Amino acid sequence: MLAVEGISRAFGGFQALSGVSLRVEPGEISAVIGPNGAGKSTLFNVITGHLVPDSGRVTFQGREITGLPPHTICRLGVARSFQRTNIFPRLTVFENVQTAVLSHERRAFGLWTPARNLGRARAMAVLEDVGLAHRAGEPSGSLSYGDQKQLELGITLALDPALLLLDEPTAGMSPQETRTSVALIERIARNRRLTVLFTEHDMSVVFSVARRIRVLHQGRILAEGTPDEIRRNDEVKRVYLGEGAIRRLRA
Amino acid sequence: MADRGRAAGWVLGAVLLALPLALPQFYVLLATEMLIMGLFAVGFNLLLGYGGMVSFGQAAFYGVGAYTCGLLLKKTGLPFPAAVLAAPLVAALFALVFGFFCIRLTRIYFSMLTLAFSQIVWATAHKWYALTGGDNGLIGVPIPVALSGPRAFYLFTAVVAAGATWGLWRAVNAPFGRTLLAIRENAERAEFVGIHVRRAQLTAFVLSGGVAGLAGALFALFTRGAFPEYAFWTKSAEVLLMTLLGGPHVFLGPALGAGLLILLNSVVTSFTEYWPVVLGAILLALIYLFPGGVTRLFVGRSAAPAGGEGG
Repeated sequence: MLAVEGISRAFGGFQALSGVSLRVEPGEISAVIGPNGAGKSTLFNVITGHLVPDSGRVTFQGREITGLPPHTICRLGVARSFQRTNIFPRLTVFENVQTAVLSHERRAFGLWTPARNLGRARAMAVLEDVGLAHRAGEPSGSLSYGDQKQLELGITLALDPALLLLDEPTAGMSPQETRTSVALIERIARNRRLTVLFTEHDMSVVFSVARRIRVLHQGRILAEGTPDEIRRNDEVKRVYLGEGAIRRLRA
Repeated sequence: MADRGRAAGWVLGAVLLALPLALPQFYVLLATEMLIMGLFAVGFNLLLGYGGMVSFGQAAFYGVGAYTCGLLLKKTGLPFPAAVLAAPLVAALFALVFGFFCIRLTRIYFSMLTLAFSQIVWATAHKWYALTGGDNGLIGVPIPVALSGPRAFYLFTAVVAAGATWGLWRAVNAPFGRTLLAIRENAERAEFVGIHVRRAQLTAFVLSGGVAGLAGALFALFTRGAFPEYAFWTKSAEVLLMTLLGGPHVFLGPALGAGLLILLNSVVTSFTEYWPVVLGAILLALIYLFPGGVTRLFVGRSAAPAGGEGG
């Protein structure tokens, strides 16, 4: 489905990614973990076209997408959410999702037919899915943080993607919101047979949801495997899980 | 209910448009100018209010439209309707070329580049005596006898302006309008829902430029001439001020702003020659008392999605 081969990217003197390779199989829910600054977001930005890598290639469904602009990659079926919520704050909840639906249906440039009811059924179905249907008419900027995250998930789902990239989908959520959100993502991924690649700091989420985990450390893939294999990996324990545990103790 | 409201709106609009015909000639001329500038401002707002793009060079397309229409009528045998229609098309073509470069920049850099292009148009009109008549302007543009009376010309302007405004209304309420709002709100997210942001911005730039060209052509017919000032930066500032005065968050707000400013100008200049002082005072009052324009006094903050304060 997705193949990343030997991706490197530097910012000035800082090597954010060096020779990262990974393969994502269809229908797989997998995670990329790693400490802050490990290169997770950079990796996502390279895959989705936000950044052009210095070297290496990205192929999606057999087609090379390295360096294509984000809107093209999106149209090929790769949708993403962002670490910081990224919505259209002064549009209503419904309009946020409808904008994505219209873009997906290649109608974003229609100049004549009123937009009001276009794509309504699909947009409402998505809002139903993410539990925001009852707030469809509200300005999205007035939603709670957790609901804005759900809305952003809705925006990505409206694009009917084959591959969904979620950058810290539960960042900043309360434990309650996290549980709801994770259950939702799992249910939708199952129902729609989506392939999901996500990053996350919450290890309980990672180890309960991901079938496959890749550990990124200083711009390199340190380890890759099932949750059990990652748990048992000594090097991972040392550089990451251990560090995290120490940080938790200090906190 | 909605249908009845819409019908009432149409009737009200038609009455308002017909009203000046019953007034003395001075007011007919004033109303004609209001309609032309109103059209210019509503088209400009496609960039400012809907797209969040602050152009300082919209007069370029107004000027191109005026000269295109004027030159075609004066120097070629092209029929009148063709000359009028050519103006928005040529202006849109200029907008396509200028816009291709401008939309690659954002914020103040976008604004500065639009200003630079418009000054090139102005300088060309100002210096190219053989074609444009230079700073003397292009004078004696012939118009059909049927339109030579102020009332007839007012009616003609009203029909053309209403038609173009209706087209814009369709566009901003169609998916394209929604797309522009989404880009204004969050261009990054728009790109990541598959919207070709630059193409959408260029489309808005071309449409807006075309409307400016049509308004410019109407004004050239109105004054029977085209002058370099039509493309000067003060004209760009004027349309920006009108739009802000009326309110970029309501579709017809900019037209109201145009009407108000022209009316004020007319009243004030009959008392004093210090119009620029009054204009400055209006600008201050606008910024401190009515941020969001006068229409915000009547319509609530969240009434329309086309917020756009500050672009």
